[in-house]
Amino acid sequence: MSNGVIEDSQVIPAAEVEEVELYHAKSFITKWVFCQDAKVIAIQYSVTAIAIGLVGLVLSWLMRLQLGFPDVFSFIDAESYYQYVTMHGMIMVVYLLTALFLGGFGNYLIPLMVGARDMVFPYMNMLSYWIYLLATLILAASFFVPGGPTGAGWTLYPPQSISEGTPGINGGIILMLVSLAFFIIGFTMGGLNYVVTVLQARTRGMTLMRMPLTVWGIFVATILALLAFPALFVAAIMTLFDKLLGTSFFMPEMLVQGELGPHENGSPLLFQHLFWFFGHPEVYIVALPAFGVVSDIISTHARKNIFGYRMMVWAIVAIGGLSFIVWAHHMYVSGMNPYFGFFFATTTLIIAVPTALKLYNWVLTLYKGNIHLTIPMLFCVAFILTFLNGGITGLFLGNVIVDIPLSDTMFVVAHFHMVMGIAPVLVIFAAIYHWFPKMSGRMLHEGWGQFHFWVTFLGSYLIYFPMHYLGFVGVPRRYFEIGETSFVPESAVALNEFITIMVLIVGFAQVVFIINIIWSVFKGKPSGDNPWNSTTLEWQTATTPPGHGNFGKELPICYRWAYEYSLPGVKADFIPQNLAPDKIK
Amino acid sequence: MSIFNELTKKPWLADPSQIDGAPANQALFLPSGKVGLRVFLVVVTVVFLLTTIAYGDRMLFANWKSTPEPWVLWLNTFVLIASSVAMQWARNNTKRGNLTGVRDGLIFGGVLTISFLVGQLYGWQLMVESGYYAHTNTANAFFYLITALHGAHMIGGLIAWGRSLLKVREILRSNGSVSDVKLSVELCTTYWHYLLMIWLILFMLLLIS
Amino acid sequence: MVLAVVLVILGVGSVIFHIWSPWWSTEIASNWGSIDNAINITFWITGVAYVVIILFMAYCIYKYRYRADRRADYEPENNKLEWWLTWITAAGVVGLLTPGLLAWNDFVTVPKDALQYEVVGKQWEWNFRLPGKDGKLGTSKVSLITDDNPFGINPKDPNGQDDVLIEGDDLHLPLGVPIKMNLRSLDVLHDFYVPQFRAKMDLVPGMITFFWLTPTRTGSFDILCAELCGVGHHAMRSTVVVDDKTAFNKWLQKQETFATLYPKSAAGKKQVAGTSAGPSEVKTVFSTSVTNSSKTIR
Repeated sequence: MSNGVIEDSQVIPAAEVEEVELYHAKSFITKWVFCQDAKVIAIQYSVTAIAIGLVGLVLSWLMRLQLGFPDVFSFIDAESYYQYVTMHGMIMVVYLLTALFLGGFGNYLIPLMVGARDMVFPYMNMLSYWIYLLATLILAASFFVPGGPTGAGWTLYPPQSISEGTPGINGGIILMLVSLAFFIIGFTMGGLNYVVTVLQARTRGMTLMRMPLTVWGIFVATILALLAFPALFVAAIMTLFDKLLGTSFFMPEMLVQGELGPHENGSPLLFQHLFWFFGHPEVYIVALPAFGVVSDIISTHARKNIFGYRMMVWAIVAIGGLSFIVWAHHMYVSGMNPYFGFFFATTTLIIAVPTALKLYNWVLTLYKGNIHLTIPMLFCVAFILTFLNGGITGLFLGNVIVDIPLSDTMFVVAHFHMVMGIAPVLVIFAAIYHWFPKMSGRMLHEGWGQFHFWVTFLGSYLIYFPMHYLGFVGVPRRYFEIGETSFVPESAVALNEFITIMVLIVGFAQVVFIINIIWSVFKGKPSGDNPWNSTTLEWQTATTPPGHGNFGKELPICYRWAYEYSLPGVKADFIPQNLAPDKIK
Repeated sequence: MSIFNELTKKPWLADPSQIDGAPANQALFLPSGKVGLRVFLVVVTVVFLLTTIAYGDRMLFANWKSTPEPWVLWLNTFVLIASSVAMQWARNNTKRGNLTGVRDGLIFGGVLTISFLVGQLYGWQLMVESGYYAHTNTANAFFYLITALHGAHMIGGLIAWGRSLLKVREILRSNGSVSDVKLSVELCTTYWHYLLMIWLILFMLLLIS
Repeated sequence: MVLAVVLVILGVGSVIFHIWSPWWSTEIASNWGSIDNAINITFWITGVAYVVIILFMAYCIYKYRYRADRRADYEPENNKLEWWLTWITAAGVVGLLTPGLLAWNDFVTVPKDALQYEVVGKQWEWNFRLPGKDGKLGTSKVSLITDDNPFGINPKDPNGQDDVLIEGDDLHLPLGVPIKMNLRSLDVLHDFYVPQFRAKMDLVPGMITFFWLTPTRTGSFDILCAELCGVGHHAMRSTVVVDDKTAFNKWLQKQETFATLYPKSAAGKKQVAGTSAGPSEVKTVFSTSVTNSSKTIR
């Protein structure tokens, strides 16, 4: 193959792909509700994820109101505060970010970008969404059971997650664990699709190294998720056993309300290991698709190829592999064998090298480009800055000795919001502004987009940058109120008020964004097929939005990599991946 | 084409007229169903591997008390082996084109699997009758956890099995070709062999502890 | 243009904020200055990288903003540059990791002559236990806890009889002596956290975890819980007082032991000479151990 000879046995002419049986919707219900078309499933996933994400957003406002103005809002007591914290965390990490990047963008972009007509197992893909929806509804139901949702922190550490003294230990925690189990089952169905589609359904000529980095990011992230979620699944099932059957997997001999409890010799640390064996790859499950999307958007809008494509691919794979041997850096102060600290600090800081290279390459892509500062590009630049900031504070927390004073303080909160809250969300915005024209055939409104960008970017930087310094002062996280201390200065109270006000302003900007989307679906400026002059296959469809089967009568043939921008000697400043070599001017 | 070679290629240098390397729909020269099943089996392996690691971790604790396994587990193990054999027989019949053989193999395999599950439930009942509740000690708890996880995967397999059986019936009625059901039967058989293997490993683990 | 200016403002502004911000670590009160050093080294290395990258990005955005008459460069990769960047980054990582791991090695190596203290956490209060004249803490078990034995000390263990118990009161530490904090939780996870000491560690039920420190200045500091432990998490407070030796021994003299506080449960089957292990005895024992430790520290 490497000598360029095409062997007959290895090539299937494009026409033959036509015979693959495509699912055809017969009624309104099968077209829009129980639909097996990946694009519709993608939109269903996205809408559900954003809807539950808005719940998470509102919870964060309530938390911030309490932190900024303690004793003002009588309806927020300690119990409900911890419930807000827990639900906000779990909703944002799993039900919003994971579902939106993989279920939403994965479903929409993978088949289009690799030149496939649909996912390889469309029926299972549809089931995946409905199980995800069920999981989300179970989670939402926990707000309405007696005792309310669980308030154990999103890490759900036993013993407290199922012991007296924590909110929601009856209905709330059970629904949370059941919901997670369903989420994982649903995700596995979708995840199999994403992986097998990338492996099997690429169009002619779409070699692995011709795939856009978005596909690479989602592909590797899905593999991570398939291997990491089982740990959470096992942990959730075992916690359910402890809660419902009274077993002692994680529950030690301990006092419950001053009396000796029923459990014996369980290991709370075992849960933490299982949780973080999932939890750390989870960070990259969110980050890798974001990396891919950013690479593609920057390259397109800077009219320049992504710098160091091969390095970008290797870095994605390396980060994916390394992410499975760093989990215990979340547990430096957990009481595990302290000698583990040497190993995990080293692996954690090693992972910084490929991550930093990716960041350099984004910036080097801008260098000598011809940069259109469109809204997607603005969001990507903002992403680079926030991700850089969050990555750097990660170097603080990954280095075991530096983590000791900072762990469990507001520094940690600021760090992970910067690196896996704000940064991926900025990418989500970039991606929506970038691909919305393909999904709807209309552009999002530019002016409102500018407003949304500036308020979100500057606002969130002003929220989280100073927050690190509260952590240096020593303010612990997950505190309903800091109260009287001898070490927190009066000025920190003012800082907390400032942060809360910024949170409300940034939150308001998101409402503008939602309105912009709804308005633009109906009234936006028509975009045409390829408004950004992009090379990748999703922009080369015959119709916009793409019809069922994605491409017209014939599948596109891929002749080149995804980054043929500003090629010297060619008149146009981009060459689509499927443009035949003899048609280039 | 090694993966290493593939990943070090410089895609911008490749000749645009060269469009090989990713033949549509068959990159791994396997049907997608088989690739999908293999990926899924890797995921299931991780689930059982982590459970086993947790089991090993807890065994190291000082006051680990092992549990006597109910006698019926031995019987169940043989039933499960037999079901795997029956599935293999169905699979061999797809190659011979013997559709009724396929049907009979599937029915035998499925009925034996259901008996296995009933037998496992009986095993639980024996445990409970002799006072080995899940909460009395962690070894019992793991016994229930492992058998429940394995049983749940078996039930999942039975759903696929049911669909294949319906397909066979449909083909028998319409005088269709056996090749329409070949892949489904092959996938079921692979899954059955895999779960048998998992069960044998888990059973051994329960015995030695 | 606007974006480039904003990036410069954010980059430079962050540095200015860092220098002039009123919020910074509390004055250290333990021997873990090496942690503060590691933080400062990390700040320098990463801070330079942060500012350089932001300024370079701002430059690119300004210099290469869209102009209709210009075309972007075509450069798929540059191996030499990428290797350089890899090595520079790796060097930076080594620079961060080396002081960090050296300090961590100290952190996990408890001096042999460290005093054994015990911190007992439960929802939502802190209690403390100091060894008596034998310098050893008696063994303990959650299942032994009764109203008459709130720490669950094993009454059959002679080491436990003279243990000094501090319930719902301030903890006092002697200045300049290495102390190993043995951490034990009676119910859920907690975390013993004193911002001025820098060190912290979780309390895990079913395990005894630890860290060590040497207090380096006298004063009174807040103890907080840093691991979510239920609705009372934020209110789980106490105070630790670092005393010079005289003040410390004076305080210690006033404390009661297991045998004096709970004679009924401490007696167990055999009446151990609990009363003889009164605070006055402890005083002398502690003075000697304090001087011993001081010697080794010097």
